[in-house]
Amino acid sequence: MSGEKSFEIKVDQLARVEGEGGVWVKVRDGRIDYVEVNIFEPPRFFEAFLKGRIYLEAPDLTARICGICPLAYVMAASRAMEKILGIEASEESNKLRKIAFYGEWIESHVLHFAFLHAPDFLGKHSIFEIAEEHPQFLRDAIAVRDWGNRAIEIVGGRPVHPVGFRVGGLHRIIKRRELDPLLKNFDEIEKMGRRLLEFVLSLPIPEVSYDMAFMSLKGEREYPILEGVVSNNLGEEFPEDDFEKHVIVEQKRYSNALHYRLRSGKPYITGPLARFNLNYGLLAPEVKSVLEESGFKPPLKNTYQSIIARAAETYHAILEIGRLIGEYREPDKAYEEAEVRAGEAAAIVEAPRGMLYHRYRIDGDGRILYANIVPPTAQNYAAMEEDILKVGDLILRKPREEAQKLVETTIRNYDPCISCSVHMIRLRIIEE
Amino acid sequence: MSGEKNKVRLAVFKLTSCSGCQQQIIDLGDQLLALLDRIEIAYFLEASSDAKPGPYDVALVEGSVSTPHEEELVKKIRENSRIVVSVGSCATYGGIQALRNWMDFEEVKKAVYEKPELIEALEKSRPVSDFIDVDYAIGGCPANKLQLLSVLKQVLIGRRVYQRGEGLCQECKRKGNVCVVVAKGQPCLGPITREGCGALCPSYGRGCYGCFGPMVDPQPGALARRFEDLGLSREEAALRIRSITSWSEPVRRFLEKYER
Repeated sequence: MSGEKSFEIKVDQLARVEGEGGVWVKVRDGRIDYVEVNIFEPPRFFEAFLKGRIYLEAPDLTARICGICPLAYVMAASRAMEKILGIEASEESNKLRKIAFYGEWIESHVLHFAFLHAPDFLGKHSIFEIAEEHPQFLRDAIAVRDWGNRAIEIVGGRPVHPVGFRVGGLHRIIKRRELDPLLKNFDEIEKMGRRLLEFVLSLPIPEVSYDMAFMSLKGEREYPILEGVVSNNLGEEFPEDDFEKHVIVEQKRYSNALHYRLRSGKPYITGPLARFNLNYGLLAPEVKSVLEESGFKPPLKNTYQSIIARAAETYHAILEIGRLIGEYREPDKAYEEAEVRAGEAAAIVEAPRGMLYHRYRIDGDGRILYANIVPPTAQNYAAMEEDILKVGDLILRKPREEAQKLVETTIRNYDPCISCSVHMIRLRIIEE
Repeated sequence: MSGEKNKVRLAVFKLTSCSGCQQQIIDLGDQLLALLDRIEIAYFLEASSDAKPGPYDVALVEGSVSTPHEEELVKKIRENSRIVVSVGSCATYGGIQALRNWMDFEEVKKAVYEKPELIEALEKSRPVSDFIDVDYAIGGCPANKLQLLSVLKQVLIGRRVYQRGEGLCQECKRKGNVCVVVAKGQPCLGPITREGCGALCPSYGRGCYGCFGPMVDPQPGALARRFEDLGLSREEAALRIRSITSWSEPVRRFLEKYER
């Protein structure tokens, strides 16, 4: 890079990410020597004010941590509370949860891969600049995203902070015919989902390959979204309740978000890339055939290729919603009732950005005594910093301005939801 | 002005929030695209890395003011913008994070962070209008995108913006819902909450939790008495009312008296 041996790349405010963060890279003697992902999104202290609230409020209150993936919070909080109370949502409730939750994956993934991430690979500032040459890409992205939002809206009342879900199931029975609008243009949406994936596969995505640790839920018969065992590519498998035993956490001076690593100290990646590589066999056959027709073979080799995982999961989510609607039968009750009892439990769901962990303890009156919430982006910070070190050569070969852009792209590979990560910092409520 | 000719220059700013109201702007989708021949999106960091400097014609502000940095930022936004609109219940009322305003801040910090001294935040999360003049306010968690669009369009044609301030109960009645308080004995914040969501919660057979903020001239005292009649203790009634928009002025003033 233009002969300079020691310099700094500093991005004060990252654009095209959810929330507020910056990045600082120090280069010494021609090598990247220090990386800091700086999170200055203000803290919101959720865990503190959850204390004393009623257990039934946890899904709606924690949803407000994130306007992009509120349903992930609703699902994790509901499932943790159900475990404490010893109930399970019915199979039909779970179908509706998945229809809406896959809708959220679509909404979140398309926002990221089309609006926020794709511009990086084409040297553009925004999707609107891409649309000048590829108007169909923008049209497909908007239509598919709207359809995903519609799925959330039909089941939950509105796409952002839906109100239809509760501990034990849903607040009311959803009639089969209420889901019909999603099937009306299904064939067209399916085609668009396929076309979006094909467009992403045609992007010039870096081919570098390096060693990464992944962690995600693992599905048994279905691609994981609502539940599963935790697994990683180092051969470990453990139940969701043991999550905290398998990770270590640190608070950094420069960040309002905590950092997570595996017990060994190794950073790990959670999110679409991890899910894809650990569950490829469970993707819908239509998705796999598009990937393989483009000569594409898993595993994905670097985090730039996470855009492929997002587009593949989007197409998969469309197909799954279609299948689930076909299988849905109206139940005779909307939710499972439970006797309130004291207890503690954890639940992990797959938010669009990866594993979202909730743990609660409640008393015999159903008041929350303790909450600990670990969002996916907090788990990814250590990996983001290491990733920039790993692709150092790629970055340093570029002229300064392009190098800075590549640093930003590397961060964006993780689709960081900075709002989430800072709001859900580890909570240690001291019990009275 | 450095912007495109004859277009209204729009800026979108984020303070302490979940980004959900910005989602509502993006969710306008085609309806937003249709306005792009009238509007230049000059500053919207979440959607574009092409951030242009002010002055702006319209600034949409999401989020509450909860750090010293944001206190400075809103003042700059005011200086740089002809019209400032607070979007959503964080910007308009202080947001869900204002639930901490009811607690001891040192204890709050200690509950969340091992090293609370590293955290830079104001003691309270407050609405934008506590710091600067706001021309229009749209409540909601999230703000309703059609209300937002309506305000934008009225600004575009240069009209003084009209917003309804009626209560949720009217909207709920028009929808033909069965009243959850009367029929099921459930506590519902509808009687003190502003319309705009489509009376969603009662439509799902559950009580409203007030995320759109107070209607014009609400009567939280009368509602609290009704909750007590339903069998809630004073403390439980207060907890229901101290919800997502607890720091809105009428609710806050009521709770300060009621809980004393």
